[in-house]
Amino acid sequence: MNVSTEFIITGLFVFALAGFLGFETIRRVPRLLHTPLMALTNALSAISLVGSLVVLGRQYSTYATILGFIAVVASTINVVGGFLITDKMLRMFKTRQQKPKKAAEAEVGS
Amino acid sequence: MTEAAHYFLDPNSARAVIIGLLYLAGAIGFVLSLKWMSDAKTARKGIFAGEMGFLLAVIGTLIMPGITSTGYIYIAIALLIGAAIGVPLGLLVPMTAMPQRIALSHAFGALAAGLVGIVEFFNYTPQINGFVMAVLGIEIVLGCLVFTGSLMAAGKLQEILPQRPFVYPGQIFVNFGVLGVAIGFIVALVINPGLTWAIPIIIVCGLVFGVFLIIPIGGADMPTVIALLNAYAGISAALLGFVLSNNLLIVAGALDGMSGLILAIVMCRAMNRSFSNVLFGAFGQLEESTGEHGEMGSIRTASYDEAGDILKNSRLVVIVPGYGMAVAQAQHKVRELADTLAAEGVEVKYAIHPVAGRMPGHMNVLLAEAQVPYDQLLDMEEINPEFPQVDVVLVLGANDVVNPSARHMKSSPIYGMPILDVDKAACVMVVKRSMRPGFAGVENELFFNEKTLMVFGDAKDVMGELITEVSGNRDSINV
Repeated sequence: MNVSTEFIITGLFVFALAGFLGFETIRRVPRLLHTPLMALTNALSAISLVGSLVVLGRQYSTYATILGFIAVVASTINVVGGFLITDKMLRMFKTRQQKPKKAAEAEVGS
Repeated sequence: MTEAAHYFLDPNSARAVIIGLLYLAGAIGFVLSLKWMSDAKTARKGIFAGEMGFLLAVIGTLIMPGITSTGYIYIAIALLIGAAIGVPLGLLVPMTAMPQRIALSHAFGALAAGLVGIVEFFNYTPQINGFVMAVLGIEIVLGCLVFTGSLMAAGKLQEILPQRPFVYPGQIFVNFGVLGVAIGFIVALVINPGLTWAIPIIIVCGLVFGVFLIIPIGGADMPTVIALLNAYAGISAALLGFVLSNNLLIVAGALDGMSGLILAIVMCRAMNRSFSNVLFGAFGQLEESTGEHGEMGSIRTASYDEAGDILKNSRLVVIVPGYGMAVAQAQHKVRELADTLAAEGVEVKYAIHPVAGRMPGHMNVLLAEAQVPYDQLLDMEEINPEFPQVDVVLVLGANDVVNPSARHMKSSPIYGMPILDVDKAACVMVVKRSMRPGFAGVENELFFNEKTLMVFGDAKDVMGELITEVSGNRDSINV
């Protein structure tokens, strides 16, 4: 667990650069898509699944295994739910031309 | 404490290289998914990139050394349970419940991050160096506070808990006191990593602080707070990355943290308020400012018949949706009215204020659900110059975001907040349940404007009546 100083510096590099990259990328997301963006980053924040999997898989102790199990379940809920909901939302965003048939027909009918 | 060598991943081994490359590919997937999110046309591709990134990250993790065969079985079971809960949570929750669903999802992710941090501590104490201990302590506090904070936020949004902010004197001191205790014990742990009993105290402080943080937050400040919780969740993931020497966690956490931060800034700017004001000021000071305005003049009401006629005879109608539309679930009826008007040759646009609703972009999602083409949804900056040419503005359950006193009344709590300039249009129709003031508790002088017509009633019912009026079926279904 003694994280080497070398990794700390590398980690800070990665953190700073990813932060700037994220800022410049996310700044360009239009307001229209802010809710899907939030749902997507919510799914990404469940990356702690990676840590939970290791804890559960290695079973350091009974307590660790129980906590790891809860952690894997919780973060899986977050990942799966997060991606599905984002996709469900984005499927609804349509332009005028892409209007689903049913709505278009209803419009002609009225 | 056990044979740590067994868990050691030799950085020069082939396995380490494969895991590293998988994680790298995962990180690239995450960045691409955010990049593609910047356009509605590519956004779904972005989700795919994100999912692939996750898949690679999980594969990379599963080949880590030290995972036992029983471990794999446990992992499979846990993944299945998580998926069994996550799938319905993702597919069955209605769009109107989106803010609380996202808050709830934050709670799950934060719980996982907090638990991993706790396990790592007990696993390696007392052999933890100062830097890692500090990071670990902050990570545990963040995980705990986002967990309870998100649960509280979800409760408030679902209206299980009262939406009104709860403020008492000295609240800031109590909140910071709790946080201070946590920080104090983290410092103690940095000095002596063997103080295992300090961890439960830190956990409790984090949990309690999360609750206290949300207590003074009112409904209209929820967008900012959810965005901030998103940012905290990201930061806690990044910190976990430092503890586990895992670059992928750092990248994903940094991206998530930035996204939450940007959204929170957008929200704050749209309300002309600072972070500290949202988090600690609430609208506590408002009580005194309400009620002193007294009578602002008389209002004019319109019947469905009149309102329908005005709408039908206009060229350009702009609809301004607000939280009221979400509450009444009127978005489908709104689209129907817009279609009916379009059939009569009336052009319809939607004006979306950045803080309308309970989360960033809330109105856009609801209207998209109702199959409103997104090119009709205009941001505040796009639509504001157009208002002088607009014949009728239909304000639907929005209040503070169209209140002209934000421009000139210095005593108003919403003074300085950028608003939709609906009062520049020829006619404003306000659909409202009653004359009750909006979230900020401020009277809206727009309602007393001579151009304004009030149409009282539930947003959904009023839309239904207006559709009947406009489509000319009035004679058959007389009201």
